[in-house]
Amino acid sequence: MAPPLDQLKETPSQTAGPYVHIGCTPNFANIAGVYPADLGASMVNEKTLGDRIDIEGKIFDGTGTPLKDALVEIWQADNNGLYNSPAETRGDADPNFTGWGRQPTDLETGVYRFKTIKPGFVPFPDGRMQAPHISFWIVARGINLGLNTRMYFSDEETANAQDPILLRIEHQVRVETLIGRRKGDIFTFDIHLQGEGETIFFDI
Amino acid sequence: MDNEGPETGAFFARDRQWHPKALVPEYKTSILRSPQKAPISFSNTASEITGPAFGHDILGELDNDLIHNFAEPGKSALGQRIVVHGRILDENGRGVPGVLLEFWQANAGGRYRHKNEGYLAPLDPNFGGCGRTITDKTGYYVFRTVKPGAYPWPNGVNDWRPSHIHFSLFGSGFAQRLITQMYFENDPLIPLCPIVQTINNAAAIKQLVAQLDMANTIPMDARAYKFDIVLRGQRSTMFENKRQGN
Ligand SMILES: [Fe+2]
Repeated sequence: MAPPLDQLKETPSQTAGPYVHIGCTPNFANIAGVYPADLGASMVNEKTLGDRIDIEGKIFDGTGTPLKDALVEIWQADNNGLYNSPAETRGDADPNFTGWGRQPTDLETGVYRFKTIKPGFVPFPDGRMQAPHISFWIVARGINLGLNTRMYFSDEETANAQDPILLRIEHQVRVETLIGRRKGDIFTFDIHLQGEGETIFFDI
Repeated sequence: MDNEGPETGAFFARDRQWHPKALVPEYKTSILRSPQKAPISFSNTASEITGPAFGHDILGELDNDLIHNFAEPGKSALGQRIVVHGRILDENGRGVPGVLLEFWQANAGGRYRHKNEGYLAPLDPNFGGCGRTITDKTGYYVFRTVKPGAYPWPNGVNDWRPSHIHFSLFGSGFAQRLITQMYFENDPLIPLCPIVQTINNAAAIKQLVAQLDMANTIPMDARAYKFDIVLRGQRSTMFENKRQGN
């Protein structure tokens, strides 16, 4: 038998549980005075380049009830399609845009909301362009491994029709679960964990 | 090969047999919150490989000291004083620098400081329950806290969580994001816990159990527990097919 590869296993995930806010958004959880602000609460400042938008929505369980104890993180490119990251190899991103946001769902209504900008285009590894999109990561009680999905934009029909990832989805009827719907400057992106209209989740 | 600077290759595929499955009926809340359709796989793009960087400048002096970061001046949290430390490694065995770790936990009596928490054990006025730190160049981290108490939770009639600390980890890429929990060696509640048992592999569960580390115990002060964490590894970019000029 060949010797084993000298490789470690990723530490297994465990649910974030019902009190994820204590660790990730303590000010939201009324634990005041430990950190000056919750990380990821603000993505933009007055100098950020790009079209200002809000993204909001709810996360529904299998009965259609919104989750009121979830945490959502988003990660996106800047106005020019560059990520504000040391691992970005294509150029320097807008220093006035973090690209990363973290918000809890409201304890009463279940609504999450991000104030951000519309991202630019990011290439696929083969050189084709991806349609503008925002990466989502969702954790909560009852979710054993954080869920990855993406939001695309309802006003980018042409780009969406050529997006390398959307094109490879076998059941094209499900693509609409990934589209945030524009009304003014607000995009609504609801996430359905299961049932009819279950959101597409990605194994990345 | 240069070991400086961030990795920019694709992450190794996640082993979804090693992680808990989305649906584990014994953990009742997972029944209505688990996707039923297969996740769709695609190879990493810049959107998955990149991630925000967190500088050590965001950290306050007491951020990694849960005994004092919520306490009145001159006071400290009640409970068994412990130090938790270890290294964050990737699947290639390399230390990962710059990882943001955030932790949260119940107090020594098993009570969380949270609006939705109703356990009858009392709050500790000098314990908030949150802390954070960032790994150094070698991937090392350390924080100080009190050992959290076990607590009952509504699942079965008599389910108890073993003492545990929740960890959130942010490595270099958004696809590396991980939340997990740390347990304490020899806790008899570990094999009884439906949340631990969402993982159906003894070796994987063992990765979540911190060991008493007498060598690093601080005499007359605090016991030490060692807890290493492994994040997804990345392929070397030298094997990637690159387009001209990319
Ligand atoms: Fe917990």
